[in-house]
Amino acid sequence: MPETITHHHVKLPEGSIEKATITLNLGPTHPATHGVFQNIVELDGEKIVSAEQTVGYIHRAFEKLAERRPLYQITTLTDRLNYCSAPINNMGWHLACEKLLGVQTPKRVDYLRIIIMELARISDHLICNSVVGVDSGAYTGFLYVMQYRELIYEIYEEVCGARLTTNIGRIGGFERNFSNTAFEKLEKFLNEYPAVLKEFENLFNRNRIFMDRTIGAGPISAQRALNYGFTGPNLRAAGVDYDVRVHTPYSSYQDFEFDIPVGATGDCYDRFLVRNQEMWQSLRIIEQAYRKVQEFKGADAEVYHADAPEYYLPPKADVYTKMEALIWHFKIVMGETEIPPGEVYHSVEGGNGELGFYLISDGGRTPYRLHFRRPCFIYYQAYSELTKGSMLSDAIIVMSSLNLIAGEMDA
Amino acid sequence: MSLNNATIKARLIEKFGDQVSGFEEPYGMLTFEAPKDMNLKVMQFLYDDGELRFQFLTDLTAIHYPDKSGKELAVVYHLHNLADNIRIRFKVFTDINKPDIFTATQLYSSANWMERETYDFFGVNFVGHPNLKRILNVDEMEYFPMRKQYPLEDQTRIDKDDAMFGR
Repeated sequence: MPETITHHHVKLPEGSIEKATITLNLGPTHPATHGVFQNIVELDGEKIVSAEQTVGYIHRAFEKLAERRPLYQITTLTDRLNYCSAPINNMGWHLACEKLLGVQTPKRVDYLRIIIMELARISDHLICNSVVGVDSGAYTGFLYVMQYRELIYEIYEEVCGARLTTNIGRIGGFERNFSNTAFEKLEKFLNEYPAVLKEFENLFNRNRIFMDRTIGAGPISAQRALNYGFTGPNLRAAGVDYDVRVHTPYSSYQDFEFDIPVGATGDCYDRFLVRNQEMWQSLRIIEQAYRKVQEFKGADAEVYHADAPEYYLPPKADVYTKMEALIWHFKIVMGETEIPPGEVYHSVEGGNGELGFYLISDGGRTPYRLHFRRPCFIYYQAYSELTKGSMLSDAIIVMSSLNLIAGEMDA
Repeated sequence: MSLNNATIKARLIEKFGDQVSGFEEPYGMLTFEAPKDMNLKVMQFLYDDGELRFQFLTDLTAIHYPDKSGKELAVVYHLHNLADNIRIRFKVFTDINKPDIFTATQLYSSANWMERETYDFFGVNFVGHPNLKRILNVDEMEYFPMRKQYPLEDQTRIDKDDAMFGR
């Protein structure tokens, strides 16, 4: 609590509140928050005495909305959680549904999904790491890598027609096969991106100024990180090798060879390095997945969805000519398909950690209850502990290196 | 993989007898329930036991069942043993008129906001919570919006026939 000053030179008006600390509002709209949330920091000079977080400014009641929507309409809600890697959220939701419905996806679908998910992970980490650069005074990296996020978005666009809130894929697979242009752009990305990432690392990794700013800023021990429910890169930076892709493989991640990078101190520098390393690993995964996709020949090379007529829309031409297709089409679009009763928890490794979907169905047409485990919301609690006693400028950089996304916090 | 659902179930029954009940395994995840005043005892046991080691709280939320008289609210914990990589789901039920549940914040720092969120949306009163106030909704709100008596859309609307489209 702020201390009271007993002697001062300034004569304050009657009734003034005297305190030795300054209250500073970072947010709700502030360039440093990169989203709509608030930190109320109590400063002693430039040192942080305490910090209190406020969230909920963009709460959109997704869980309530989901209780009145058929499954396929909920995908658009998941877009708006972590909007830096919307495809991972979409895929996670489809996988949760498929688990409940018992839909088996073909291998080619799994691999195509992995390509999209890993591209999304790269774009997510790319934003986070380059923004850490911006917040520590190095704008160059951000501008440099944005071209390649643009290329990733072009690939999404080629696959699903959208860029940010993608609504990519369907229950059972994709809405259409990947076009040749999509693969060409993917090849371009795989050819050009490694050099860019290398250059990005050259700009930062051993940069004295950057190291001085980030080493020791906002550290957390493995023990505390686990107790705070950290997952994803932030937990791995503290030295715990927990990754949902390895621990509970989904979408055939078990077919791939990749490493889990870990840090030691859990500070901003380690979080930065872990994210950079993960981008290299994601590249490895995409290369393997692309090779596997190319190995499919003949009819197998055209497979892009599972055989699940109850949930996957039939081709439009069939709707006009075949009775059965017309019925399925009508039932799906009108949300008249009954979901089997059940209780499912499915999680995927999102950009920020374990993104979980807890879905309860009572046999109706919409979920009885849907809860999103949002990694951001859970680890943002640690913010006041991470920044206590540090400088104000460190608090800013801790905020960006945790990759706090308002959409994911508020749901 | 040394630890499996059968072992966990046996250990729980050995410790708590018939107080733990309703064992199920939907989609492979061991699910069970306990009386609401036992929630901390069960979680402490799961945390401390050298074999079980459920030391990671993945998720905490609630569900409203308006038709279950006296057990209207279910608080659901998803716990994870990271060493053996096994998850369990643990539920406690409470009367909606007296929704008092002991807080898990002493055990898990992560439970702080998750319990605030659960309070915010369902009105579960977590006894002993250090800062139990609304988190996502406005402080002035006077009801708990995720309860089933608050339908999403205006029920006075007559231009939508729900009987036809079933939502």
